[in-house]
Amino acid sequence: MKKGKLLVLPGMMWLAIFFALPMLIVVAVSFATRNSYGQVIFNFTLANYQRFFESLYLRIFITTIFTAIFTTVITFLMGYPLAYTIAFLPKKWQQPCLIMVMIPFWINFLIRSYAWVIILRSQGLINTFLMKAGLIVKPLALLYNDYAVMLGMIYALVPFMVLPIYVSIEQLDKRLLEAASDLGAPPMTAFRKITFPLTLPGIATGSILVFISSLGMFVVPDIMGGAKSALIGNIIQNQFLAARDWPFGSALSIVLGVLALILIMLYYKVLEGQKGGTNNEKELA
Amino acid sequence: MEEMVRLEHITKKFGNNIIIPDFNITIYDGEFITLLGPSGCGKTTLLRMIAGLETPTSGKIFLADQDVTSLAPYKRDVNMVFQNYALFPHMNVEDNIRFGLTMKKVPKEEQETRINQVLYLTQLETFRTRSPLQMSGGQQQRVAIARALVNNPKVLLLDEPLGALDYKLRKKMQLELKNLQRGLGLTFIYVTHDQEEALTMSDRVVVMHNGVLEQDASPDVIYHAPKSKFVASFIGENNFFDLDGNKALAIRPQKIQLCKEEDETSAGNNKVKYGTIVDVVFCGTIDKIYVRMDNSNDTVVAYQYLNDTIPWKCDTRVGVWWEKKDEVIVEK
Amino acid sequence: MKKNWHSAVLVSYSLAILAFLYLPLLILTLYSFNDSRMNAVWTGFTFKWYTALLHNRRVIEALTNSLIIACISTFVSTTLGTMAAIALNRYTYKFKGVINGLLYLPILIPEIVMGLSLLVLFSQTGIPLGKNTLILAHITFCISFVIITVGARLEGRRFDLEEAASDLYATPWQAFRYITLPLALPGIIAGGLIAFTLSIDDFVISFFVAGPNSTTLPLYIYAMVKRGISPEINALSTCMMMTTICLVIVSQLLQPKKKSN
Repeated sequence: MKKGKLLVLPGMMWLAIFFALPMLIVVAVSFATRNSYGQVIFNFTLANYQRFFESLYLRIFITTIFTAIFTTVITFLMGYPLAYTIAFLPKKWQQPCLIMVMIPFWINFLIRSYAWVIILRSQGLINTFLMKAGLIVKPLALLYNDYAVMLGMIYALVPFMVLPIYVSIEQLDKRLLEAASDLGAPPMTAFRKITFPLTLPGIATGSILVFISSLGMFVVPDIMGGAKSALIGNIIQNQFLAARDWPFGSALSIVLGVLALILIMLYYKVLEGQKGGTNNEKELA
Repeated sequence: MEEMVRLEHITKKFGNNIIIPDFNITIYDGEFITLLGPSGCGKTTLLRMIAGLETPTSGKIFLADQDVTSLAPYKRDVNMVFQNYALFPHMNVEDNIRFGLTMKKVPKEEQETRINQVLYLTQLETFRTRSPLQMSGGQQQRVAIARALVNNPKVLLLDEPLGALDYKLRKKMQLELKNLQRGLGLTFIYVTHDQEEALTMSDRVVVMHNGVLEQDASPDVIYHAPKSKFVASFIGENNFFDLDGNKALAIRPQKIQLCKEEDETSAGNNKVKYGTIVDVVFCGTIDKIYVRMDNSNDTVVAYQYLNDTIPWKCDTRVGVWWEKKDEVIVEK
Repeated sequence: MKKNWHSAVLVSYSLAILAFLYLPLLILTLYSFNDSRMNAVWTGFTFKWYTALLHNRRVIEALTNSLIIACISTFVSTTLGTMAAIALNRYTYKFKGVINGLLYLPILIPEIVMGLSLLVLFSQTGIPLGKNTLILAHITFCISFVIITVGARLEGRRFDLEEAASDLYATPWQAFRYITLPLALPGIIAGGLIAFTLSIDDFVISFFVAGPNSTTLPLYIYAMVKRGISPEINALSTCMMMTTICLVIVSQLLQPKKKSN
């Protein structure tokens, strides 16, 4: 065996110890109980998972899923046209524009949510402006509700959607569109029949990223939502801090993690299927 | 002549594929030897094994009588000119050439002398500080050669170095390489699929097919006395007529004579066969006449030159004959 | 570019979305210079919130922590990640599935799951929460990003160059040092910058593994936001934003330029 192969080991060992191992421990803890001091006692029980099916938690979980779906759809509607526009710009503008879109991606959710708090709160920008203009008397409750949370999530996750779609569109062989045009397809049809289907992988990637991020999001609901706008992320966070019910929190996060894993595997299966399909076409041709 | 490279019972398997079943060859000092064959015949694999970039599944490799089979490439005294030159993009011409000398820790003064020599040899003096990325294919190729030669290797390995060049440049470089080899007296092991190139440049041609050595001889013998149908058809064009047993009769198109159906006298004592011309193709120096023979599916191709008196046309009946001495019997 | 109303609509829509993305950030930056304590009303331009930051001992402490943690995490994760990326690029491994899983899951799994799993690990193994746990955690989520970033740069890697080096008497180490490494360096630096940015900006994972006396800048901002709005938060947030923007721009400039077809 070539000695160079060992180079991969330190990095992989690190990830095994600090990523894989903790996950396994969390799985173990999810089957455990706690004592009155909040310490974990390792008696095997399914109680934590059973609690998940209580109406309260189930409802929050379903709300989270719907929020995630909604966020994914909206970010798609915002992200695709943006990615498309950038991909068809002259080459020298593409990288600067892409950097512009990606910069918010790197600024953490906390600051970006906080920016909206300044704008939306009762003494924030909008309310102050509206009151000064005499349009309202009492400040509007723009913040600390489900809509604010939704806004915050969409705002946070649009860049996640744009980049994969952009890559997908950019890699599209533009000569295919020329061929379509040569064969009589007007621009909208060419888009519908050529561009859109061929960029589905990018859409899938972006959607997966946004959806899974939405599922686990707790910063945005924490900052911009109120007590009533808790998502599953907040519940989990709460279990590990105030409520000190680590076994239950672990169970919830395992459910979250498994859901994410299933989606990821589905995504890879679909992607493999797509690639396989294209290869078959090549063989037939 | 002194032995330079010896391959003993070399086999190479990739997974379950046997690329080279059992290869043996001895290469002598000062030879220009070419490994010739179609893509996938194993010629590049053999070259890379001599360089040390691949290891044989079994067998031994000897370099100047030293067993180098398990020796790493950086410990072998051979150098390779790669197919796409593999010039280091982050170094200029001079530093590319200097690289091997630095690795062998040649003293600075000697480095300069040798670099100057090789730049002169390959006519690259004015390109000393140029980046390879700013040079044409032909120039890059010369840098690759210079970079290898500067190390005074015992053997120079060349992996289809002229493949990316246009026809005229390739012809020019073939001559230059041949002169270089003669002038320096080095052993060149050359790999190509271009049989014309092999015949032009080599002292000795080794024709390979599916990892097997088909024939090992001088260009003249390879061309005029091919041993097998493969060699006969791979080198130049050839016509084949099946014979009994495992043999076939091969006759070169330029040795085929055509005569009018009514007029057999020009054929002399030679047997004349008859057929119909199906195609006449203009190829510059020659016309290729394709004749469908009577009573068989064979199509024979004959070369006709400018000063031949009869302008042949399609659908004409024609007599085909040749001198017995021009026949070659080959294994099928 | 199609020059018709299609493109006009597209461009306007795209600009609107870009505005949507940047407006809140610009407002935040703007109000960090607002003299008034009650944010919305503009009473004058001032740097006083920034100077207040410089005198805030806890901010300085949080900043120092963030920088130390980021530097150490970047160094370790870039080293481990680069080695792994080079090996993964060069060789094929038997357990490709496991390797891909270890590599991509840290990025795909929600951060909260990773954060709490590390908390559980540290508490069950008796490691006290503090700067050390933060460093360990940061290294963990940075490694994957470094491997992917450096790996992307290595995509165009030319093994024939390394073979040529070997043919020219370079030992494997020399080939790595003189050929592979210089050509991969921009990608490695980009990876390092990304690791640094991720570490400085991290909130969720730090939230779970920080100890009582080891705050990072994002954690400090969170605590302040929870306590109530203060213009100092605006100033601090603006500083963090500017830092992130600079890091991102530099790292992007080091990415290989795409060759035009």
